[in-house]
Amino acid sequence: MRNGGESGSKPIVVFGATSDVAIALSRRYAQEGASLILVGRNESRLTAVADDLRVRGALHVRTLLQDSLTYDDHPTLVESLFTDHAPAKFYFFQGSLPDQAACEASFEVTREAVEVNFLSIVSYLTWLASALERRPGEKGAAGGASIIVVSSVAGDRGRGSNYVYGASKGGLTIFLQGLRNRLHKSNHGVLTVKPGFIDTKMTADIEKGGPLWAKPEKVADDIRLAADGGRMVLYTPWFWQFIMLVIKSIPEGIFKRLSL
Amino acid sequence: MSEAYRSWGLDPQTPQKALRWGWRDAPATQMAGQQSVLPFGNGRSYGDSCLNTAGTLIDARGLDRFVALDTDTGVLTAEAGLTFQNILQHIVPRGWFLPVTPGTQFLTLGGAIANDVHGKNHHVAGTIGRHIKQFELLRSDGSRLVCSATQNAELFAATIGGLGLTGLILSAEIQLIRVDSAFMDVETIPFNGLEAFRSISADSASFDYTVAWLDCVSGGENFARGLFYRARHAAAIEADELLREKETGKGRVSIPFNFPAMALNGLSIKLFNELYYRSNSKKAARSAFSRDHYQPYFYPLDSIANWNRIYGSKGFYQCQFVVPAGSESLEAILRAIVDSGMGSFLAVLKEFGDLASPGLLSFPRPGLCLALDFSNRGLKSRTLIERIEQQVVEAGGAIYPAKDRLMSASAFRTFFPAHDQFSRWIDPAFSSDFWRRVSMETQL
Repeated sequence: MRNGGESGSKPIVVFGATSDVAIALSRRYAQEGASLILVGRNESRLTAVADDLRVRGALHVRTLLQDSLTYDDHPTLVESLFTDHAPAKFYFFQGSLPDQAACEASFEVTREAVEVNFLSIVSYLTWLASALERRPGEKGAAGGASIIVVSSVAGDRGRGSNYVYGASKGGLTIFLQGLRNRLHKSNHGVLTVKPGFIDTKMTADIEKGGPLWAKPEKVADDIRLAADGGRMVLYTPWFWQFIMLVIKSIPEGIFKRLSL
Repeated sequence: MSEAYRSWGLDPQTPQKALRWGWRDAPATQMAGQQSVLPFGNGRSYGDSCLNTAGTLIDARGLDRFVALDTDTGVLTAEAGLTFQNILQHIVPRGWFLPVTPGTQFLTLGGAIANDVHGKNHHVAGTIGRHIKQFELLRSDGSRLVCSATQNAELFAATIGGLGLTGLILSAEIQLIRVDSAFMDVETIPFNGLEAFRSISADSASFDYTVAWLDCVSGGENFARGLFYRARHAAAIEADELLREKETGKGRVSIPFNFPAMALNGLSIKLFNELYYRSNSKKAARSAFSRDHYQPYFYPLDSIANWNRIYGSKGFYQCQFVVPAGSESLEAILRAIVDSGMGSFLAVLKEFGDLASPGLLSFPRPGLCLALDFSNRGLKSRTLIERIEQQVVEAGGAIYPAKDRLMSASAFRTFFPAHDQFSRWIDPAFSSDFWRRVSMETQL
């Protein structure tokens, strides 16, 4: 048991619970005997993940079936998270990697990508932030709740090969900066996670190879450590911080000529 | 992570196409449009039974979820891509153990069923197929069939030991056994000669687990010497031993690249066999007792990640066969191996019991079973293995498909008389390198 805390009564909430990294992270919590609330839109997969976590030792697993694009249902869902015990952590894993060429050919595809990767999370966070402000945490490191959102290194700079995805994630990153600033007053933390390439179902169609591709378990462990340590921004694996530092420092006049 | 799909013997090294399977509810339509498909677990089959060069592999490792564990009855339901290692991690602390396990914990549950694996307790427990209550099978036509001894019974029998050819196993229900600790009480007895082995084996019927290491290098007065291990699950253990348990299993040594083929030549194998026998038999004298954690006991080689690479990049051949116990055939085969000078790094001898498996193509049958590996020295190795095959055919035995790379079609038909009955249950979209090889002549 880590920090002796996670087996306590405060549940861990996981949005996008059927993603590979979410599963890897939830399994760590389950093994420590934590309680989990899983949010997802595919009922049979959500059930499969919940069953797995129960056998792996989770104290209690609740599933909430929801399509993240049905915005009208979000306030009720967010309120229902607080019915038993106020959760300790809120993880957001949902996202999808759109086909850039398809986005360029169709505004509909672009809009859906922006909705899934940006707007739907903004909607949840709008309701969640208010709910948390009404329940301010105590001063000190382990005082309030934490919101942990998976953004992406793609949001650090727009590139021709995936700027719709990048813009959604970049918008999300800036939204989280503001939210962190706002929730600091009520002692709640916000962690922005910027993973690089992860070997998951979302990237299953991409040719993979080389040291840049990380396993979901490794990324999950990094996230967990950063969340417990009260970090604000996490690049995972760590070397992406330096890669992005270089990429961000290239002058725009040169950058526009590159094919990245 | 891009990875090459290889069998554990690293040969053949043909390119493999793969389709990842992550969910039980994924539609079978993905199988359509492929020339043929074959489920792939964790790649612990040694030869070509887990490969499908002309077609596509279904990488089932994404099916790695527990479904349910009844801690009162010990019935476990799990997805087929879950490994024995993962299963044991969660059931041993709750006082349960797998009813049957082979010498590695890195195989998947689906792979265990498809090869109808056996272990050191075959004489009292039979193969894993006897402990599978039911499984769910996805066929390429989209049907999802629950198979058990009473429901779709023929498909159940064909799938156990069916080498992945009857469809994709999605999940299975298995009856676990009770244990009081994570430890094994092990007795080691040195022996000299196959007669001595058989008499110790006969004396050890009351032990749950029996197996022997056999020296396949030495001739003369040391011919067929070895060490017999017999064991039981230990009773509940003390707190200080629990501490030791926590420390075991850490620090796996990894072999990061292929050894130069030179590293394992006749001399080094001879040296290994000599040292192994001496160090262990000295400890044992006449017999010796120890208490070992289940991991080093059941899975000694698992502590060396990628141990298959010590044979170099060309890989190795594993040969595992069973011959009737009464015959002189094992002695004759062993003499041929010793004389060839190509003896084995590790040879494992076990007397199978007579508990029948429900599986049509199940390998174990009453008799003496020997498993050995030979580094791939091309024609020389193949000639020796072909000679062994001939002797096994004559003795009325069988060779284990999970470890085979060379078995002829005619030998396969002799070893597995139910092959015709089996072929009727093959999913028309499924095939494998192994199957194309051994069914070749039947199509003529």
